[in-house]
Formats: sequence, C-alpha cells, structure tokens
Amino acid sequence: MNLFTDAVIAALILTNLRLIASSRISACIYAVACQGVLLGVLPLLVGPQHLTVRACALSAATVMLKGFFFPWLLLRALRSVSVRREMEPLVGYTLSLIIGAVLLATAMWFGRQLPLPVPARSPMVLPLAMFTIMVGLFAIVSRRKALTQVLGYLVMENGIYAFGLAFALSEPSLVELGILLDAFMAVFVMGITIFHISREFDHMDTDRLSALRD
Amino acid sequence: MTMIALLVLLPIFAGLAALVVRSDPFRRSILLAAALAHVALTGYAWVYRPAAAFSGWLLLDDLGLLFLAIVSFLFLAAAFYAVGYFKKENWGERQDFAEDFLFTNAREATFTCCLLLFLAMMSLVCLSQDFGLLWVAVEATTLASAPLIYFHRHRRSLEATWKYLMICSVGIALALLGNFCLAVAATLGPDKSVPMLVSSLVANAGLLHPLWLKVAFLFLVVGYGTKLGLAPMHTWLPDAHSEAPSMVSALLSGALLNCAFLAVLRILQVCMAAGQGQFGQKILLVLGLLSMALAAVFIVAQTDFKRMLAYSSIEHMGILSLAVGLGGAAYFGALFHAVNHSLTKGMLFLVAGNILSAYKTKSAPDVRGASKLLPVSGVLWVAGFLAITGSPPFGPFLSELIILKSALDQGRFVVAAAFLFLLAVIFVGMAAIVLRMFQGTPEQAGNALAPDGSVVSSSESAFAVIPPLVLGLAVLVLGVYLPPALKGLIAHAARAIGG
Repeated sequence: MNLFTDAVIAALILTNLRLIASSRISACIYAVACQGVLLGVLPLLVGPQHLTVRACALSAATVMLKGFFFPWLLLRALRSVSVRREMEPLVGYTLSLIIGAVLLATAMWFGRQLPLPVPARSPMVLPLAMFTIMVGLFAIVSRRKALTQVLGYLVMENGIYAFGLAFALSEPSLVELGILLDAFMAVFVMGITIFHISREFDHMDTDRLSALRD
Repeated sequence: MTMIALLVLLPIFAGLAALVVRSDPFRRSILLAAALAHVALTGYAWVYRPAAAFSGWLLLDDLGLLFLAIVSFLFLAAAFYAVGYFKKENWGERQDFAEDFLFTNAREATFTCCLLLFLAMMSLVCLSQDFGLLWVAVEATTLASAPLIYFHRHRRSLEATWKYLMICSVGIALALLGNFCLAVAATLGPDKSVPMLVSSLVANAGLLHPLWLKVAFLFLVVGYGTKLGLAPMHTWLPDAHSEAPSMVSALLSGALLNCAFLAVLRILQVCMAAGQGQFGQKILLVLGLLSMALAAVFIVAQTDFKRMLAYSSIEHMGILSLAVGLGGAAYFGALFHAVNHSLTKGMLFLVAGNILSAYKTKSAPDVRGASKLLPVSGVLWVAGFLAITGSPPFGPFLSELIILKSALDQGRFVVAAAFLFLLAVIFVGMAAIVLRMFQGTPEQAGNALAPDGSVVSSSESAFAVIPPLVLGLAVLVLGVYLPPALKGLIAHAARAIGG
C-alpha cells in the first residue's frame, strides 16, 4: 500500500515537470488532467484506514471535475481559438526544467524543516504540495498564453488541496464542496473570458494586454 | 434562521428571476424591489438581531452587521442609478469614444443577474463565521463581479476583466492556503481540533499553535489584501475600477473592498485573542502606509478621473489598514472611516459616471466647466472631492481625525506625520484635477452653446442625480451628527476586534 502511495506521489511530481517542460498547450492540459485524477485518488490512499462514503463521494467529485471536466472545458477553449498552439514561453524549456528541479529540491528540504503540530500522514505529501504550489505560481508568471495561466492557477489550487491532504485536515463537506464549486466557476468564467480575448484580439498573449497603464 | 438565510437567498432568487424575465421594465423593477427588500431585511435584522443559523456558521455579529448595512445601502443607491443607466444606454452597436471602434454591451438580463448574485455573495461574506465559508464567499464575489466589469464589450474592459480575474483568483488561492495553515494551527492532536468558527477560535485562542497562526495570518493578509487593493498587490484595482460601468465601480470600491477588509479583520480578531496582535498590526501598518504613498504618487500624475478615484480607493484602504495597525481608539476610527469612505466613494463614482456620459471622455484635462454643463453633478463632484480628502464638515474628516489622534496619543509621531503628509499631497493632487474640471467653460460639448454664447446645461435625470445626492447628504450628516444607533454599533464592533 505504501509503495503504491509513493508511486502516485512520484507520478504527481512528474506531471508538474511535464507541465513546465512541454511545448504544446494540449500536452499541458493532459498533464493537468492526469494530476487531477491522481490527486482525487490520493486521499483514499493516505487518508483514514476505513473508507467512508463521504470520502469516496468527495474523491469522485474531485476526479470528475479536475480530471475530466476542467480539461474538457480547456480543450474546447483551445479548439475554439485559432491561435498557435505552442507555448512561446517567456522562460525557455531547459531553464524551466532546471528551475523546476531547484523548486523540487527546495520543497523537499523545506518540507522537512516545518514543525508539525501533528505527525503528517505520509512524509512525502507535504513536499509534494509545496512543489505543486510553486510550479503553479511559476507557470502563471513564466507563460504568456492566457490558457496556460489558467493551467497554472489550477495546478496551484491542486497544490493547496494536497497541502490540506498532508495534514488530513477535514473541512466540513459543505466547505469542500464550496471550494470545488468555486474552482469550477473560476475555470468556467476564465474559459469564457479567454474565448472573448481570442475573438477580440486574435491572440491570447497576456503580455500583449497592456493598453491599461499609468 | 430564515431571516439570515433570506439575506442571501433573496438576491439569488431575484437574480435568477431577472435572468428569465423578458420585459425590460419588469426586470428593472425586480432589481429595485430586491435592493429595497434587502435594505428592509437589513434594517429589520439591525433592530431584531436574528439568532445564529446552520450551527453557528451564519451569524450576524456587530462587525458583520456594520458591513452588511454598508453593502445593502450602497447597493440600493447603485440599483436606482442602474435603472436610469439601462434606460439611457444604447443597446446596439456603438462607437467607442476613446479609440473609435464599434462595440456592444452585455445583455441586460445577464448583467442584472450578476449584479444581484454579487449582492448575495457580499451578504454571505458579512454573515460567514466559518473561515472556510468566508473564503468560498469572497472567491464567489470575484466570479460574480467579473462579468460586471466586462459590461461594455471592448478591448480595454476585457483586459481589465482578465487582470481582475487572474490576480484576484491567485491572491485568494493564497488565502485558501492561509485557511489550511489556520486549520493546522487549530489542530490540537490526532482527531482533536478547534472548529474554524471565529467565535471558537477566539475563545480557544490560547491553544493555537503560534508559529502556524503567524504563517496563516501572512497568507490570509496577502490573499485578502490582494482583493482589498493594498499595495503592492493592488495592480488589478485601477484597471477594473476605471473600465467598469460607474455603478459597478461604486459597488466594487464601496462594498467589495469592505468585504475584503472584513475578512482581514476576522483573522486579526483571532490573532489579537491569541496574543499575536502586535505581529499582525505591524504588517498592516506598513502595508497601509505603503498603499497611501503609492496612491499619492499616482494621483498627482493622473489624467484619467476614474483612475484617480480608483487610486483614491487604494489610499483609503491604506488608511483603514493603517488605523487597524495602530489599534486602540483607532479601531473605532477605522470602522467609522470604512462607512464614510463607502458612502463618499460610491457618490463620487456615480457622479463620475454622469460626467463621463455628458463629456464622453475619461480624460480629466478634456473636461471643463462641469459647473455650467452639469449644475448638480458638478457641485456634487466638488463636494465629493472635499469629503473624500477629509475636509470638514464631512464624515471622513472626523474619522481621519480620530485615527490621527490615536496615533499621536500612542506617541507614534513618525506615523502621524507620514499620514498627514500623504493626506496633504493627495488633497493637492486631487484638487488640481477636480477643480479644473469644475471651472471654465465646456469646450467639448460644442452643441450645448445657446445662440447668445452661454452654456446650456444638459438635463440630468433624477435616476442619475438622486443616488449620489442621497449618499452625499449621508456623508454630510455623518460629519455633523453621528446617530447613537450607528455609534453604538461601531463601538461594539470595535470592541469585538480588541479595541
């Protein structure tokens, strides 16, 4: 069981690296989809010993939304915009990977330094969560396409979700559902906005959105 | 219980009704009726305070009630203004006055629906006692208000909407991380933790893990501070406030920023109870002064009058943050100032909308002679300027005086001097812009000249003038006479934070 958990965590780390290393937006969307599915399953592996109906339902909802619905929505947005599908990042791929490795090392080191009021369920989940949050933030600032920024936001949100998992913090179900619903609405509204941006500007490069300034 | 739920559910149902109703006049009456009913409910809740609902998750405490009252009152003014705005708007394709391209507006039904959902979510922020629910509500206000900013469907508003969505969503995601850190701080052992309710956290503050509480505070202040428009996380604010339709700007500035401020106050409440108040207050004080300084720099060099108001909002959020950072008697000043700022800024944005629609430009140097072209709005514009810069006899003068006095009483002369200096710079900067717009003769509106060369004032509809007039009168009254009911409420709320 423990081996399986570690394999899932390793796979999650790989999806993060895939996100910052691949040159095609569709590949990034698939990486985030994989991440969503793995992350949805993770609470069942590291969570309490006995499976409850509530845990399964939340897990299923997470997998459905993060693994299938969001990627589907983003792929649709990608198809509807007739722009170049390459990333054209502000930071090159090799450099991105090196930065990714540094972030991973930082997360590993820092994850061990934190004083924990309660022992964490699995020693690897906390570093994973911090790594995922940092990768998400990095993707937001280093990629210029609006769609990749949404991906970065999603990855960051995934990282925060994993952070909650690391401590087995159980928010009341209503709040967890509310957080999922908000993420859903955020992706939905952002998708619509991207559609409008690409229609209005014929591109979705956010660094070229610079009419408003002082 | 029904009472509290109604405050949130009523606008939601009204919003859904607005979405399906086809007749324009009927939809507009729904908007007005919902706004009126919300004010009535809030008033009723003020007098007969409803009991907690949903096992303490929703509760109208003094702090929440104060902010709910502001939201509700300002929304009524904005709704009234919106009805006139909808009537006047040309719904077909039209030309942009700045760059000459054609654009359309969003559908009125969608817009009205989002406006009402926005009200519902802001009410939920005021009522939430659970930190998780508070987060959900704050994020929901972002999502409900993003379509409002993209009302005029053109490039600039789209850019503003994107920045707003992205920056605020990322900021609020950090607040979620802060929430989790707070939950870690509240974990006492395996399967044992303090519930995430404000009241239980405050009651059990001594048990919280101090380091994790500090980390939580940092993330929450950065997260909600983004929404609050504190420098250096303010970058979305001037764009969104200047591109949104005026009544939306009024709501963003007067109501939404307050909701974010309430979220910061909630975590500060917990920090104060846990004896970590000093740490939090220092951070808020620095962020507040930084915001004021940044606003001063950008106001002095400003040519766009809506952006000037937006930077003034950053300034006033800075003042609130600074006042909370000072603590003591300044808590009262901060909450009183929040009321004053909301009313005044709401009024100013609505008046700015009138000027914008008469002159068809946001460039302040191109607006001349507002006193002649728009007699009522022109006077309100100058009165609003005097009020917002803290001149007597308006309300903000009193609240800023209380804050200054408490800084002096605490012997923080450097803070007091910086506060006064920045206020003076902003006064001069705004005076140069506003007075020039008020004086002179209108050049742009060439067709408004009568045969003998005098200026014919353009007609100002009651919908456009009455809401800012009422808000302005309220600010004036607050400067002269603070009703005991309001004073009591503010005092109780200030005591709840730790004042």
